[in-house]
Amino acid sequence: MYDIIIIGGGVSGCAIAREISKYEGKFLLIEKESDVCCGTSKANSAIIHAGFDAAEGTLMAKLNVRGNELIKQLVSDLDIHYIENGALVVCVSEEDRPSLKNLYDRGIKNGVKGLRIVERDELVKMEPNISDNAICALYAPSSGIICPFSLTYAFAENACENGVEFIFNEEVININKEEDKFVVIVKAINDNIEKKYESKVVVNAAGLFADEIHNMVSSKKMKITPRKGEYVLLDREVGDYVHKTIFALPSKMGKGVLVSPTVHGNIIVGPTATDINDKDGKNTTIEGLEEVMTKCMVTLKNVPIKKVITSFAGLRAHESNHEFIIEESSEVKGFVDCAAIESPGLSSSPAIGEMVANICNNILNMNKKKNFVNKRKGIVQINKLPLDVANKLIKENPLYGNIVCRCQKITEGEIVDSIHRPLGATTLDGIKRRTTAGMGRCQAGFCTPYTMEILSRELNKSKKEITKDNKSSPICCGNIKENL
Amino acid sequence: MKNVDIVIIGGGPAGLSAAIGAYDKGARDILILERDKELGGILNQCIHNGFGLHTFKEELTGPEYAKKYIDLIDERKIQYKLHTTVLDISKEKIITTINKESGLQQYKAKAIILAMGCRERPRGALNIAGYRPAGIYSAGTAQKLVNIEGLMPGKEVVILGSGDIGLIMARRMTLEGAKVKVVAEIMPYSGGLKRNIVQCLDDFNIPLKLSHTVVEIKGKDRVESVVIAEVDDKMKPIKGTEEEYTCDTLLLSVGLIPENELSKEMGVELSKVTSGPIVNESLETSEKGVFACGNVLHVHDLVDFVSEEAKVAGEKAYDYITNTSEEEKNYINIIAKDGVRYTIPQKIDAKKMSDIQVVRFRVDNIYKNKKITIYYDDKKVFENNKKILAPGEMEQVFLKKKDLINQDIKNIVIKIEEK
Repeated sequence: MYDIIIIGGGVSGCAIAREISKYEGKFLLIEKESDVCCGTSKANSAIIHAGFDAAEGTLMAKLNVRGNELIKQLVSDLDIHYIENGALVVCVSEEDRPSLKNLYDRGIKNGVKGLRIVERDELVKMEPNISDNAICALYAPSSGIICPFSLTYAFAENACENGVEFIFNEEVININKEEDKFVVIVKAINDNIEKKYESKVVVNAAGLFADEIHNMVSSKKMKITPRKGEYVLLDREVGDYVHKTIFALPSKMGKGVLVSPTVHGNIIVGPTATDINDKDGKNTTIEGLEEVMTKCMVTLKNVPIKKVITSFAGLRAHESNHEFIIEESSEVKGFVDCAAIESPGLSSSPAIGEMVANICNNILNMNKKKNFVNKRKGIVQINKLPLDVANKLIKENPLYGNIVCRCQKITEGEIVDSIHRPLGATTLDGIKRRTTAGMGRCQAGFCTPYTMEILSRELNKSKKEITKDNKSSPICCGNIKENL
Repeated sequence: MKNVDIVIIGGGPAGLSAAIGAYDKGARDILILERDKELGGILNQCIHNGFGLHTFKEELTGPEYAKKYIDLIDERKIQYKLHTTVLDISKEKIITTINKESGLQQYKAKAIILAMGCRERPRGALNIAGYRPAGIYSAGTAQKLVNIEGLMPGKEVVILGSGDIGLIMARRMTLEGAKVKVVAEIMPYSGGLKRNIVQCLDDFNIPLKLSHTVVEIKGKDRVESVVIAEVDDKMKPIKGTEEEYTCDTLLLSVGLIPENELSKEMGVELSKVTSGPIVNESLETSEKGVFACGNVLHVHDLVDFVSEEAKVAGEKAYDYITNTSEEEKNYINIIAKDGVRYTIPQKIDAKKMSDIQVVRFRVDNIYKNKKITIYYDDKKVFENNKKILAPGEMEQVFLKKKDLINQDIKNIVIKIEEK
């Protein structure tokens, strides 16, 4: 019997796992995909928002601002790629100035620090590529950019090291509440076999599927709508096109898209916002990509959109009240929802973890763990190390001297580490998200065969078994001449 | 830090031939840096024949062609390092490399020859809408999987783009047991060699759809189908012309991009047309003593021409390190006009040029029954009738030193004209 079962290995589930691992107890996280960070957490704007956007007094506003505060210590403890680059909300019309002021006032009320309105002269100095129509902007210095993969893996790996169990490829199909426990019934994705896990508390962090999990135990039905956001990513070659995260001030022309550097040195442009029905509908559309590429021209000029290296879509878990639902069910004691985590979910994740852990602790009254491991070391990046440090490492482990991904300059040593560290990578995408190998301008054209070889060697699998993502995505279908 | 006379970045056909060119001219302190496990570059995965007709007057496979050059390297005992990636080249010609044995190491070169080749344009750069499943590969990646790894990327294949690698892979996949359903090409003509269209598509009854492109990729985990549509003259898909092809694989052969990240970082000036360095008669870039050849300079269709060009780069690099006198350069610009997309080189110094200077270029469209003309300033000096000119086939003309030296010529114009 577990004390707590967390359903869902996105950034919320993993942040919660890490927070509860500070307590004594038996904890389990169940994820239906083959890895953590496979849903909303892997495809978003990768921003740690300052917190001026959400309405005053909402949980979104509170957790966003708290998350932004917590992140600074976290990135140092858990070795996460994060840059506090600041954000600008750009106003391009005099008649919209009052709404910029409203945004400023809201941010002040939410407790965002350092906010101020900058006029055009200063704005142009900050961002030379700002649109000729830009008249002023709200400047939020505490806004940051982060690697959402690295954030999620850091939470998960640290939780794992502190004793949280993780189970992959198992989908929760039902939850029964018995006298003083929950029976969570799962189906293994690979062989359809059903299993049961029991716990005192269940945390529903199932992202897009949180409504289905919630509705298994509660009579008050919830509905999560997938809200699609499409993005394009530009080559690092134009990575200094903007320095801060550039938002468009919402106006009668609509909400606009953001243009921002990423911690990997690319430029990200997006997202759109379209409600859809399919919770797996992560396809980009012709209209969506066109919208992104048109709207980015509102706040900036000469966006180097031709330097696109990839496009993708992510789905936000939208609920009609547009507010996080984080609470113990009043109806089913011990069932804790962490649902409707849409933007600013990533920014809020450290605070979400804290809040849910507190709710759980109020139910279970756990003891603090004495030997909690507070720190986690990320994957070393040879290319960013000083020459002598890198050489020392290569001497100890020559694999760090073999570049596999030429675009991102990722070595075999980094890839092998990503496979063997806690909750290591088992797929090409798993390696990509952990190391960025294959994320560059050739989009894994060169490194795919090499990465396959390393995975096959390290996991003792044949190359034919290597997949891109889950088990239904094999890279190859067999040997040559098999079908002749 | 080690001092080396000539460092060559890349051990593919360009790098090998450049090394031999430099050696045979007199250079002895040469170092080739290659990131792969063997010399030969992309030739090693090109197991089809058709290489070497110009150079060796016989039809060789890629590995055979490479072997001939590797033997020449070994005969001359030219030094090379494998598994060695160049991380950085500074303006002072300090090259930072990484490998397992020596870790990060630096070399100081007197001359550098850039011979890094090119990479394939990926799906992302095309912004094709749809899912991102397994089963989408650039043709060269598929070629490596099939020819080197012995793995089959898929059973039912659609190919986008009719570049040479795509055409070659249409045949290869068929021979290895896959069904290639169609090759779609967004342009109204193929970007590949005529002989490859005949031998790789026509001979296997694989349809080539010109003015068609992929508008959607379906399949959440693995490719399940792709939608192809006809495009108008602005290359926009025409509504209502969509056709869906069931397949598990989409191969892309949609262009090659000279791999100039290192060149760019060291400040080498690049051409917007070729994406390669702008070079003079010596194939020297805007950085003194830094030369470029092969596909890093401009994408070739025949390796024979790569070898020929690279040999010159090697010779000129040797001239550079042995010639200490600083002469002022006096350039004549070579201007590509009216149907000619670019020329290599882009400028020449008549004093420095060889007696016969080859100028290579590509046209921007299919032209039938036209002529190639050359003008020295306003004076027409050459014309050559052409039955057909195609963007997929590189053209060349020759300039004579005796015509250009001590003349007051500012521009040489190369263009396509009516007969």
